[in-house]
Amino acid sequence: MKIVVCVKQVPDTKNGVVFNADGTLNRAAMDKVMNPDDKAGLEVALQLKEKYDAEITVVTMGIPDADAVLREAFAMGADKGVLITDRVLGGADTWATSSTIAAGIRNLDYDLIITGRQAIDGDTAQVGPQIGEHLGIPVISYAKSVEVEGNNIIVERQYDDRTHKLKAAMPALVTCLAEATTPRYMTPGGIFDAFEKEVTVWGRNDLKDLDDANVGLAGSPTKIAKASDKVRKGAGEKVTLDPTESVKYIMDKLNEKHVI
Amino acid sequence: MDFTLDKKHEMARQLFAEFAEKEVKPLAQETDELEQFPEETVKKMQKNGFMGIPIPKEYGGQGCDVLTYVMCVEELSKVCGTTGVIVSAHTSLCCDPILTYGTEEQKQKYLVPLAKGEKLGAFALTEPGAGTDAQGAQTKAVEDGDSWVLNGSKCFITNGKYADIYIIFAVTDVIEDAKGRKNKRFSAFIVEKGTPGFSFGTKEKKMGIRGSATYELIFEDCRIPKENLLGTRGKGFAIAMHTLDGGRIGIAAQALGIGEGAIDCTVNFVKERKQFGRAIGAFQNTQFQLADMATRMQAAQMMVYRAALAKQTQRVYSVEAAQAKLFAAEAAMAVTTKAVQLHGGYGYTREYDVERMMRDAKITEIYEGTSEVQRMVISGNMLK
Repeated sequence: MKIVVCVKQVPDTKNGVVFNADGTLNRAAMDKVMNPDDKAGLEVALQLKEKYDAEITVVTMGIPDADAVLREAFAMGADKGVLITDRVLGGADTWATSSTIAAGIRNLDYDLIITGRQAIDGDTAQVGPQIGEHLGIPVISYAKSVEVEGNNIIVERQYDDRTHKLKAAMPALVTCLAEATTPRYMTPGGIFDAFEKEVTVWGRNDLKDLDDANVGLAGSPTKIAKASDKVRKGAGEKVTLDPTESVKYIMDKLNEKHVI
Repeated sequence: MDFTLDKKHEMARQLFAEFAEKEVKPLAQETDELEQFPEETVKKMQKNGFMGIPIPKEYGGQGCDVLTYVMCVEELSKVCGTTGVIVSAHTSLCCDPILTYGTEEQKQKYLVPLAKGEKLGAFALTEPGAGTDAQGAQTKAVEDGDSWVLNGSKCFITNGKYADIYIIFAVTDVIEDAKGRKNKRFSAFIVEKGTPGFSFGTKEKKMGIRGSATYELIFEDCRIPKENLLGTRGKGFAIAMHTLDGGRIGIAAQALGIGEGAIDCTVNFVKERKQFGRAIGAFQNTQFQLADMATRMQAAQMMVYRAALAKQTQRVYSVEAAQAKLFAAEAAMAVTTKAVQLHGGYGYTREYDVERMMRDAKITEIYEGTSEVQRMVISGNMLK
C-alpha cells in the first residue's frame, strides 16, 4: 500500500503573530511548525503503515527551507519526501496550490492520499478536497479515524454532533482532523537519520498536466485585499436581573440576533 | 570554530523541549512533593528512544552523539531535575561502561535492552564508609567456582530499586606494596535485579531531586555468574573513574538545565509581579541580576557542550568534564538562589518552581564527585 501525505509548513502562532507593514504575515519573523492537522494526518498514515506495511511519501510545497517539515516527517517514520518549490509557484491561493500539488502527486504511485483538514495560517480547508477533485478520486473530509478493508477505506467523518461512517474505493483522499489522534514524537535517532535521507525536489518543469494559467500568484483567482490583526471586542453589556427576567432577556437577545 | 548548532541538533533540541514541556513539566511539582519516581514518564522516554541516545544502533541505541544526549538531559532538567538525573545515571553510568568495557556477549545481553529502553540501569560505587575516598569501600567479591559471591552494601544509589541492571564495584584483591601498605583492588560487575542475595535497604529522604529513587543496595552471599565481571579483574577503580568522567558531563548538563529553567521562571515572574506600581522587571537591580544569571548559564552551556564534544572526539576528557561540572553546578546553585531572591516571599513557597530548583541544584555540587573533587582533578592535571 502506498500512502501520500500532504503537509504544510506554517508559522507557529504559539508566540504570537507578526505582520509586515502592508498587513501580510511576516513568516520570516515567526518560528515554523508542521501544520497540526497535517501532523495528525501523518500519524494516521504511520499507524496504517504499522498495520499494513505501507510506504509513506510526504509531499510539501513551499520555500526551499520547507524541507524541514519533510525531515520532521522522516524523524517520525515517513519513508520518502518530495518538496515542490519554484519561484513561479509563489503566492498561490488554494486553487493554484491544489493544482500544483495534484500535478506533483500525478508523478507518484498512491492508493491513499491524506491531508490535514486545514492549515492554521489560511484556515480554508479547501486544498485537500481540491486535490482530490483535480485527480478525480473520492474525497472524505473531517476524518476522525481511517481503516483499510480490502481495496476500500472506512472513514469516520466528524460532524458537530454526530459522526458518519463512510466507505470509499481506493485510490481516495482523506482530510484529517488534529483531534483524530495524538501524533508521536520524533526519535533522536530518527532525527539523525532524517538528515541523511534524500529529499526529492521538483520545480515547475517536473510537474506534468499543469497549465501555467493555474500556478503561482498569476494563476490565483483569490487575491488578499487586506490582512489585519483581530479587532478586540468591546466590553460586553452587563445587566442585573432576577432569574426569570434573565431568561427572558437572553431569549430575546438570541431571537434578535437570529441565533435561534 | 563555530558556535551554531546544525539543523539536526536544533531539531533534537526542539524534540526534547517539546517533550519536557508536555510530558515532564506538568508532573514536576507532584513528583517532588510526593517523592514519587516518575515511572510513567520514564516509560514514555523509553518508548521514544531517550534512554540510548549516544549508544550505537547496533547495540539498540539511537546512534546519536554525546552533544544530543547532553541537550536531552539539559532540556528535561529545565523543568524537572529528577527526570534529568534518571536519564543521566542510566546512560552515563550504566550503558556507557558496558559499551566501553563489556564483552560482545555482555553488550548483547545487557546493553541492547538498556539502550532500547526495555531495561533501566544504575551504578553503585558509594558505600557508607566510602564516598570520595574509594579505598574505604568494604563490599567484597570472592571467586567461587563459576561464580562471584558479593557481600556488602552500597548507598545513595540513583535509580535504585527501579533499575533492572546495576554496575557494582567490589574489592576483589588486596595488594601489599613495597612499603607494606595494603591497597584494595576493585573490580566491576553487572548484577541483575532479582538475583538471590541482592536486596534493597532504606530509601533516602532527600533535600532535592526528591522523585529520583535513591536506595541502599544490600548484598548477602549474592552469587553472580563469572561472566558478569565487567572489564579486567582489579581494574574496577579505573573503570569507575573513567565512567564518572562521562557521568560528570551528564550532571553538568543537569545543572545547566536547572539554572536555565530557573531563569525562564524568573523572567516570567518579574514581568508579572508588580511593586511600587511597576513590574519588578523594570527595576535596574532586577535587570542586572538577570543579566548576571544569563551570562553565567551561557558560560556554563559553552563548557558543557565543549566537554560533550571532547568526550565524542578525545580519549581523555577528565579535565573538560570536571571543569564543566564544577562551573555548571556552582552556577546553577548561584542562579537558582538569585531566582528565589527575585521571587521574594513567593520564591520561598513550594507553589513556585524556583524553590524546588534551588533544592535540586544543590546535589549537582555533590554527586558524581563533589566540587572539591573536581578541583582536585583539574589541579592534579595542572601539577602532574
